[in-house]
Amino acid sequence: MNNDLYTYTLRIADDSLILGQRLSELCGHGPILEEDIALTNIALDLIGQATTLFEYAATVQNEGKTADDLAFLRYEHDYKNVLLVEQTNGDFGQTIVRQWLFDTFRVLFYDALQHSSDTQLAAIAEKSLKETKYHCKHSSEWVIRLGDGTEESHSRTQDALDLLWRYSDELFFMDETDQAMIAAKVGVDLAALRPIWMERIQEVVQAATLTIPTNNWKQQGGRLGKHTEHLGFLLADLQYMQRAYPGMQW
Amino acid sequence: MKETNLEALETAFQAKIDKDIRIEPKDWMPEEYRKTLIRQISQHAHSEIVGMLPEGNWITRAPNLRRKAVLLAKVQDEAGHGLYLYSAVETLGADREATIDDLHSGKAKYSSIFNYPTLSWADMGAIGWLVDGAAIMNQVPLCRCSYGPYARAMVRVCKEESFHQRQGFEIMSTLANGTPIQKALAQDALNRFWWPALMMFGPNDSDSPHSQQSMDWKIKRFSNDELRQTFVDVTVPQAEMIGLTIPDPDLKFNEETGHYEFGAINWDEFWEVVKGNGPCNADRIAARRNAKENGQWVREAAMAHEEKRKAKQAS
Repeated sequence: MNNDLYTYTLRIADDSLILGQRLSELCGHGPILEEDIALTNIALDLIGQATTLFEYAATVQNEGKTADDLAFLRYEHDYKNVLLVEQTNGDFGQTIVRQWLFDTFRVLFYDALQHSSDTQLAAIAEKSLKETKYHCKHSSEWVIRLGDGTEESHSRTQDALDLLWRYSDELFFMDETDQAMIAAKVGVDLAALRPIWMERIQEVVQAATLTIPTNNWKQQGGRLGKHTEHLGFLLADLQYMQRAYPGMQW
Repeated sequence: MKETNLEALETAFQAKIDKDIRIEPKDWMPEEYRKTLIRQISQHAHSEIVGMLPEGNWITRAPNLRRKAVLLAKVQDEAGHGLYLYSAVETLGADREATIDDLHSGKAKYSSIFNYPTLSWADMGAIGWLVDGAAIMNQVPLCRCSYGPYARAMVRVCKEESFHQRQGFEIMSTLANGTPIQKALAQDALNRFWWPALMMFGPNDSDSPHSQQSMDWKIKRFSNDELRQTFVDVTVPQAEMIGLTIPDPDLKFNEETGHYEFGAINWDEFWEVVKGNGPCNADRIAARRNAKENGQWVREAAMAHEEKRKAKQAS
């Protein structure tokens, strides 16, 4: 098995799965019906992306496992998503800021990944890019509405940004897996995306009359399987059926 | 308005109905017709929205990726149905937020089936199969309802509901053909949802106060008991096909009539649930109220931003 390709694919898949799972907690509880539909739709896209990515990861791994085995039957430290996506939904401001920091990254990432020499990853990226652009438009517009809206919405959104900013650095985390994938022309050089990401974030921050936190304290570890306390509970829900009724077909 | 004018309008209105000409939002209609439709369509919309909760309860715990995606899509469809139906209510001059407030205050009702808890994954199958199945029986005739916007909304809603019904049956059939534990889950879900599903058609015809007028206005095309009978006739063979047992010792097929005869429905339970004393009434309304209250600042922000944007454009 190509270990680097497996880990690389799994990291992308886990980001989609965990964020999709978080958003799906909100189904039926959105602040307005139209937003309930929008967030559920985004959750659905992310679960769809995760499914194709896990299918590919399972093929690369070549141990006879299925996409569901990878999604549902790993231990906590085997999940490689960034810490940002496992953070709780909080209020709508927190949900949207988390989404926007991630979507802005994801658009740039898929845009680059569609030129990967790995045709499977390139195809997944090309397909996912289309929907991710919509997600990013949606979350960016909401950040602007909330930041600019009322005093209360401004302060809630600024609080969310202050809380989540520390997790944004990890979106650009790279280690030897990334280096190997970049060398093979499979992976994306995230360092090159960072200035464009920052520029896009700043544009929205300005339109939203928000301020980028000066505190540059950074949290990372998710990519290596060291998570925040939130992930365990999310996985307890996610894995409940597979753990309680092992080995059954649904 | 003079009485003679009113009478003439009412006669013309009923003549249109009798000729199966659709009533459209700008047409004249009797106040009672309008009120009946506002009540019925808004309750239908509330049922779609409250109905998201029992299934939403299992999205994060769905057993695999495919089931999770299908369930998300299904619950999202329900939200979409709610949206068309609230729009249909607005064509009658009612305010969407006001009808939602009536739901939250307990003034407006919704389908009592959603006040039952979803206790296992099998309930996702039972709800799709039985609850969406019963909803289709009720809703297919509404595609020919005399009020145009409601009838047109129902055409799309029914297409999606019929898909949901098949998905639910497929979940049940997978479980019924699975391990003994899975089959037991399926049977338990059927036991809990069968009678509440029969109650979805409403009281017996003899106890249904609004029915006759609604039939004359062609809002309703079949009586509660007729629809319930059709549902039983269709569903019993489906249960047999997958090896599950309908929890009714009195159920038997009558060769002469060609219909299944079934046991007595517990109407005391039905009225208790309608009054608010079902297992989940309080939780369901609390969840909807919370969503509205927690979203208040979001809606205010969106409006404030829009105002500022317009002001900027104007200057």
